[in-house]
Amino acid sequence: MERRLLSGNEALAQGAWEGGVRVAFGYPGTPSTEILENLAKYGDVYCEWSPNEKVAMEAAAGASMGGARSLVTMKLVGLNVAADPLMTLSYIGVVGGMVIVVADDPGQYSSQTEQDTRHYARLAKVPVLEPANAVECLEFIKRGFELSEEYGCPVILRTTTCVSHSRFLCSLGERGIAKDANFERNPSRFCPLPIWGRKLRRDVEDRMVRQSQAADTSSLNKEYVRGTGLGIITASVCGLHCLDIFPEASVLKLGWSWPFPDQLLKDFASRMDRVVVIEEGDPILEEHVKSLGIPCVGKEVVPRCGELTPTVLRGVKARLEGKEPEVVAPVADAADLPGRPPMLCAGCPHRGIFYGLTKYDVVVTGDIGCYSLGVFPPLSRTDALLCMGGGFTLAHGLSQAGEKRPVVGIVGDSTFFHSGITGLLNMVYNRGKAVLIVVDNRTTAMTGHQEHPGTGRTLMGEATSEASIEAIASACGVKRIKVVNPYDLAAVDRVLKESLGAEEMTLVISRAPCVLKERRLLGEKPVVDESKCKRCKACLKLGCPALELKDSAGCPSVNSALCVGCGMCVQTCKFGAL
Amino acid sequence: MSTNVMLCGVGGQGILFAAKVIACAAELSGYEVTTNELHGMAQRGGSVTAQVRFGSEVHSPLFGEGDADVLCGLEPVEGLRCAHWLRPGGHAAISLQRLIPVTVSTGRASYPSDLEERLLRSFSSPKLLDCAGMASKLGDLRLANTVMVGALSSWLGLPMSSWRGAFERIVKSGLVEKNIAAFLAGQEA
Repeated sequence: MERRLLSGNEALAQGAWEGGVRVAFGYPGTPSTEILENLAKYGDVYCEWSPNEKVAMEAAAGASMGGARSLVTMKLVGLNVAADPLMTLSYIGVVGGMVIVVADDPGQYSSQTEQDTRHYARLAKVPVLEPANAVECLEFIKRGFELSEEYGCPVILRTTTCVSHSRFLCSLGERGIAKDANFERNPSRFCPLPIWGRKLRRDVEDRMVRQSQAADTSSLNKEYVRGTGLGIITASVCGLHCLDIFPEASVLKLGWSWPFPDQLLKDFASRMDRVVVIEEGDPILEEHVKSLGIPCVGKEVVPRCGELTPTVLRGVKARLEGKEPEVVAPVADAADLPGRPPMLCAGCPHRGIFYGLTKYDVVVTGDIGCYSLGVFPPLSRTDALLCMGGGFTLAHGLSQAGEKRPVVGIVGDSTFFHSGITGLLNMVYNRGKAVLIVVDNRTTAMTGHQEHPGTGRTLMGEATSEASIEAIASACGVKRIKVVNPYDLAAVDRVLKESLGAEEMTLVISRAPCVLKERRLLGEKPVVDESKCKRCKACLKLGCPALELKDSAGCPSVNSALCVGCGMCVQTCKFGAL
Repeated sequence: MSTNVMLCGVGGQGILFAAKVIACAAELSGYEVTTNELHGMAQRGGSVTAQVRFGSEVHSPLFGEGDADVLCGLEPVEGLRCAHWLRPGGHAAISLQRLIPVTVSTGRASYPSDLEERLLRSFSSPKLLDCAGMASKLGDLRLANTVMVGALSSWLGLPMSSWRGAFERIVKSGLVEKNIAAFLAGQEA
């Protein structure tokens, strides 16, 4: 059988394809994005980027009610958006298998929170599968469809950043049969009106008892017997780290981690002298193990926050042995190295708007995307940031509450379609006054350039209608709409000045495509004329990575490998030195 | 037992490509292989690392600080930042191409002027290379990371046929020979 080195996300796509998935929906979000990007390449699975996770969840639910196998993918915070349909869908259930892949991000490599999706599974009362690597991703997603059909409910498959982005050699199989939907009417099942909902509610509890019993003997839960001294109860990739870090310990690695396999937990613990529960995130498993009357150690020695890496687990091991953890510190010569935070790319169009805003004493509320990087110096032009779409609504609330400074709310093009439109509508309806800006770079940039309703193209590569931000805003009732080229700093300043002084709310659309997507020169690359440069450093206020200052008393220079010739720095130089 | 390779540099330098080539060469040599890499926000010009592990059996895709057998720094400051990941007796290759972070350009930090001395103090006999210079001599600056893979290769014990196979699988057919030339240049450096 052919083996190929696949990332967890690529393996999930392969497994869904082998598992006969008929349709797949999702919204991009690190670390989940590559699942649908890869699945779309097979060509025989209908895949789409939905405007947000709620839409994706509902669309998948519809497909699975009709008997087709469906997949929906999102990152951890996406499940907050999709939680409403999930809760009811658990009662109604599905006919065709439905797997909800949620990618958690312990360590918060690219997320605003570290929330543990297992809480949602308990709240919704649906099973959770936790593959540890790409090989298990491929296997578990297929099993997920089967379990979903067996129990008539959706199944959550939870990955983490490490699982999604680690590559392992996987054995590849054939395409599974994908059934079309053929909906059978059954209102007492599909319409959870209270009269029927109460019965569905009881069925959910019965279902969980049966699932717990099935998990006891499921091959998704794996035991690595290596002694009877220390027994580790764990799940997901943590179990693989434990195999390396605790070579003498036996490891019970749960792959079907909820509803809890009670008998399996009891049997394993009874054979061990000492039990420790090592889980990333909250002590969900640990508290349950304790509730079964099994004495164990857990979060006393295992950190609650952050990723449980091999380095962290060495510390856990030391604490279990009553020793001080050995710390491998950076070398002495690394103590004073300059930091290298992520930043807006050289030539990024967002820079024009943030630079323009540095000229005004305003409060800026933003949301989630590359433009979140506008928070960092030297631009420092995002003051608060909550969630997708939140740039508009935070601004509205702050301004309605009497904030004396003008308030500016920013969303991206993809987040405008995701959940910005309702906030915009609300501001018009409730007569709010703020300057709202869509930084429209014609793509979902941060996650690697996915299509959205405004790009005119689908995930499957088909041409489609291009939603107009102006037309939507106009339909919501916005009277003042200004489109500006962010590379023209004078125009940006003019639009901001007029809009901040206007009597009514303004929607500014800052429009220029992402330079990483375009990958072309925007103009001539400037060179610093050292005879004209007054060392005033005005150009450095742009925070462009292509402008380098190697010696604080010297002239900045242009790194031509990074520069794309956007020309913003040329406009900031009053002395014609660029 | 596995061989642990740590790669570090700056987002956009091609670390993921280097990891892919090493992993593929190990796979073609008959080993079990894992890689781990960061995506998303970290890639926007920030510090980036990737790990590759290969051997007859590999459990976790991650190794701990102080566990790397081989460390590759595509930028000298980033190499120094990750120096403690290398085990005692491990091997390091560092590209001397300096990328000035925006924290330096805006006067909030300074870029060390004594980098080579620091590298020589922090690693035992590291290979210090001008990968960018060698790549531009070969006609394409983008070959810098392939030069680096070549420099590491002598410590990884994989046959040349596997490296060739990796390039044939990963890069476009027109670029295979160029990459092999860059790889060999790095190996000889």
